[in-house]
Amino acid sequence: MIRLLDRWSLDPQLVLGILALSLFGIAIIYSAGQVYVPNPVTEGAWIRQARWFVLAMIAFSLVSRIPLRWIEWAAVPSYVLSLILLAATLVVGEGRGTAAGVKSWLALGPFSFQPAEVAKLATILALAQLLASRESGLNSLRELIAPGLVVAVPLMLGMRQPDLGTAMAFVGIGFAMLYWAATPVWLLLLVASPVVGLFLAYDTRIWSVYILVVIGCLILLRFRLSLFESVAVVLVNFATATISGPLWNSLAEYQQNRILVYLDPEVDPRGAGYQVIQSRVAIGSGGFDGQGFTAGPQKRLDFLPEQHTDFIFAVVGEELGFIGAFLVVLAFTFVLTRLVRLASHLSEDQAFAGLVLLGIFGAWLVHIFVNVGMTIGLVPITGIPLPFVSYGGTFLLMSWVAVAIAVRVAHERP
Amino acid sequence: MNVHHPHALRRRALGAYVATAALMGILLVGFFRIQVLLGEENRLRASSNRVRTLMVPAPRGTIYDRNGLILADNVPGYQVTILPASVDSARATLERMAGFMDLSNVRIERVLQTLRAYGREVVVDSDAEFESIAALEERRLDFPGIYVEMRPRRRYTLDESAGHVTGYVGEITLGELDSESFPDSLYEAGMIVGKIGIERQYESVLQGRPGIRHVEFDARGRIVGDFRGAEARAPVPGRDLHLNLDLELQRWIHRIFPDTLSGAVVALDPADGGVLALYSAPGYDANLFVGGIDDDIWQALNVDERKPLYDRAVLGLYAPASTWKLAAAGIALDLGVVTPDEVMPEPCTGSMFFGNRFWRCWDPAGHGYNNLAEAIGNSCDVYFYQLGLRIGLENLLTRATDIGFSRQCGVDLPQESRGEFPDRLGWYRERWPELYRYGPTEGEALNLAIGQGPNSQTPLKMAQFYVALARDGSAPAPTIARGGETGEGWELQLQPDHIASLQEGLKMVTAPGGTAHFGTALEHWDVIGKTGTGQNPLSVRGLAEDHAWFAGMAGPPGEAPEIVVVALVEYGRSGGQVAAPIVAKTADFYLRRKYDIPVDTIQTFREHIMTGPIPRWYRERFPAGYRALVQEAQEARDAAPNQVGNRPGGGG
Repeated sequence: MIRLLDRWSLDPQLVLGILALSLFGIAIIYSAGQVYVPNPVTEGAWIRQARWFVLAMIAFSLVSRIPLRWIEWAAVPSYVLSLILLAATLVVGEGRGTAAGVKSWLALGPFSFQPAEVAKLATILALAQLLASRESGLNSLRELIAPGLVVAVPLMLGMRQPDLGTAMAFVGIGFAMLYWAATPVWLLLLVASPVVGLFLAYDTRIWSVYILVVIGCLILLRFRLSLFESVAVVLVNFATATISGPLWNSLAEYQQNRILVYLDPEVDPRGAGYQVIQSRVAIGSGGFDGQGFTAGPQKRLDFLPEQHTDFIFAVVGEELGFIGAFLVVLAFTFVLTRLVRLASHLSEDQAFAGLVLLGIFGAWLVHIFVNVGMTIGLVPITGIPLPFVSYGGTFLLMSWVAVAIAVRVAHERP
Repeated sequence: MNVHHPHALRRRALGAYVATAALMGILLVGFFRIQVLLGEENRLRASSNRVRTLMVPAPRGTIYDRNGLILADNVPGYQVTILPASVDSARATLERMAGFMDLSNVRIERVLQTLRAYGREVVVDSDAEFESIAALEERRLDFPGIYVEMRPRRRYTLDESAGHVTGYVGEITLGELDSESFPDSLYEAGMIVGKIGIERQYESVLQGRPGIRHVEFDARGRIVGDFRGAEARAPVPGRDLHLNLDLELQRWIHRIFPDTLSGAVVALDPADGGVLALYSAPGYDANLFVGGIDDDIWQALNVDERKPLYDRAVLGLYAPASTWKLAAAGIALDLGVVTPDEVMPEPCTGSMFFGNRFWRCWDPAGHGYNNLAEAIGNSCDVYFYQLGLRIGLENLLTRATDIGFSRQCGVDLPQESRGEFPDRLGWYRERWPELYRYGPTEGEALNLAIGQGPNSQTPLKMAQFYVALARDGSAPAPTIARGGETGEGWELQLQPDHIASLQEGLKMVTAPGGTAHFGTALEHWDVIGKTGTGQNPLSVRGLAEDHAWFAGMAGPPGEAPEIVVVALVEYGRSGGQVAAPIVAKTADFYLRRKYDIPVDTIQTFREHIMTGPIPRWYRERFPAGYRALVQEAQEARDAAPNQVGNRPGGGG
């Protein structure tokens, strides 16, 4: 296998790391199905995941043969196509399994898949193409408008499904790629400031202090930003603060609950706080060395929510303990840094490849941090899977396609 | 410089590394805190999460009758319990369950209310049908937080004949939990406790102590197995209870009591005051209440005009009428204002003038001159009017109160009505300030002496009084359970010869020519007693018949009575014809079994002659009555030689 990968001048460390995570994922999905009262859905999930894994491997070897220029050529059409598909899900989408409330599935004959997963990759490619064509960094808000729109359109479509997790992944993609395209960090922070302000607006005094800080920064940066832009930042900040109340009220009750419960899970221990509390208790009871593979009582007794999909890491924590969690986080860290390392060793004319790598990096970083973080209550609960480990066919397949594209673009000289 | 120059890339890569390390570091710190620092705490939380301490109900003690027959025992039953959950999800689950089992909206609301109040598991149905259980188990996944357990279910062997005595059990209510009679140390929600009757009275004996079981549950409330980490405690079964009650006698009374009439029958053992039978008609089946009564049955029982839930034997208050004349007589003898052989100066001519009006005797033909026994035998009102005057109103009130006619019997039941009787002269004015502005007149003594006036007693109370007459004037409190906890008895200060003359009077009632002869004459036993015709609010207006009383006692010929029976039949009209046969048949059934004589449904003389010829035993035991019958038949034949002689009816 390694030789096979070598022959295609691919990156063995990255691929092996991800291969290991994928196999580990199947094992943990198997364990997640081992409960006292068998449930046909979770019991056979690992077999289905293994089947998808085989499919993903085939897709990987096929996609990794695709020449770079084909990929570059396909970037914009695939982006447009994925936007159309995303829009289509809003009309004819279906909910599935544990995410029945989110209309993110599209049926294609006997197949069904999540266009959002395709859209992430297409957006990465399209944005990479846009940014790679630039000679200089992006130093003003005006320059950020075009790349911002490329990300914002699929993001807003994802939000409408409503799938907050996908939307967050797009944010990760956008920021990581803009950063890699040499956008100054302070500019990115200014862009993010209205969103931060949105959350701080629950307390007028805190928000007042915050807006003063933002204005102060704008004054410090007055030579780098046009007056118009500065005023725009302040106005948008005011605007988001104003709509924060109505926006909160427009959220579905379960979405409000998730945020309230994030602040204090015990406000509703049997309702919205249930998942966090049960997940945290299960992970905590794993202790240092865990309850043993397949032996976690909380999982076996069905206390864990969504144990084979979004909360798969709770099974890891309960059964493999801190050691297991540590090693898995380490493996992900390795994969993430490997992507950055690949990107940083490219030559100047490989800007497209670097941006694609960082896009993938951004998406995965958000997925990993939010998914793992929510199992211990660090992050509000969002329906977002853990790459390679969570049960889910489209996601596994697209993640492997992303790996294929990553290694392909990284190792092919244009 | 190109933004994608390797140097620039390396610098930005460093930023990305830092960001990655920071976020992954945060995760690791979080895991370290929860798994290593708080690991032990979370481990505890995890086990409390899935292990629940369940109450294992103790089997309730069995209730036996005096012959060791079972009145109440336990059979296996199914209990459905819901684990605490949010009210909305519990409501959804319960509403789904209602499709498979009998679960009313009222019951659902009650379960939810308890769930909210206590936040622990709540019994949904303590006696579910097997079919419902099977349906629930089949759809296990649809009913999160529901579990089914086997638990003992109360069963009563007597249906409608003994519901009032045994009472029934039910789930303890929030109100009962708060009350002092169910101490917190022994009782908790979900337990089955005695509600009324013997079940309630001897709750502490029958209950036992529930055990504890630690069970591992999965998140959907399915029992996975016993948890071995904590010690279980076996339940301590309740103690058995032996009653003085005679189950078969109780059943017999139910059988012979007229189906369409209401009333009560009380049978006491004069030897110790033991309650042999305590029957109220119509009755109810205590089994209906086990596991919660259906709302429509409950509704039907409550709106039933005959009030089946009302225990007439211990709660019903009725004017004792002529049965109370024995009390007046006893008091008079005790006071020495009359001697047994003394004849009242004024003969009965059907009425007597006193005050400013005529006081009527029940028999307009009059009874002439009577001594005490004759007056009892004839139930002569005029005699007792004079007796009442001799006793005097004040004396009558004090003595009757001393005997206990304004008290309870102290029977071992949770509820009993107090006899209603004026305990002093002032009572009248307190009760009816307008009517008795100047206090009661002596005329009240006339009313009271014949058992009318403001005098209402329960059938049980009258039975206790007749126990005193059957003994030496003392009567222990009626006791249902052997060695039961009862109130004090009473003492009627009567000399043996006074008792004898009172009994002599009772004998005349059932002797040939007496008002209750035909319905009480038995082959093997002597029955003596007193009829009564109690006025009631409907009968005084001519809208219904009077209540019929008969208070009697029976035993082997020539020996002391061995059973005292009082029968009250609401709107029964005639004590002699309706109530007396019930008493005789009750006594006969009891005594025949006691003396190993085969039981027959044809018992009284009247039943014999209605179904066949005059039996030989009648001729031997009641020669005078036989002669009278023969003579009557002869006369009838003479008058109409070709006709079959009229069958004699009962006395008046």
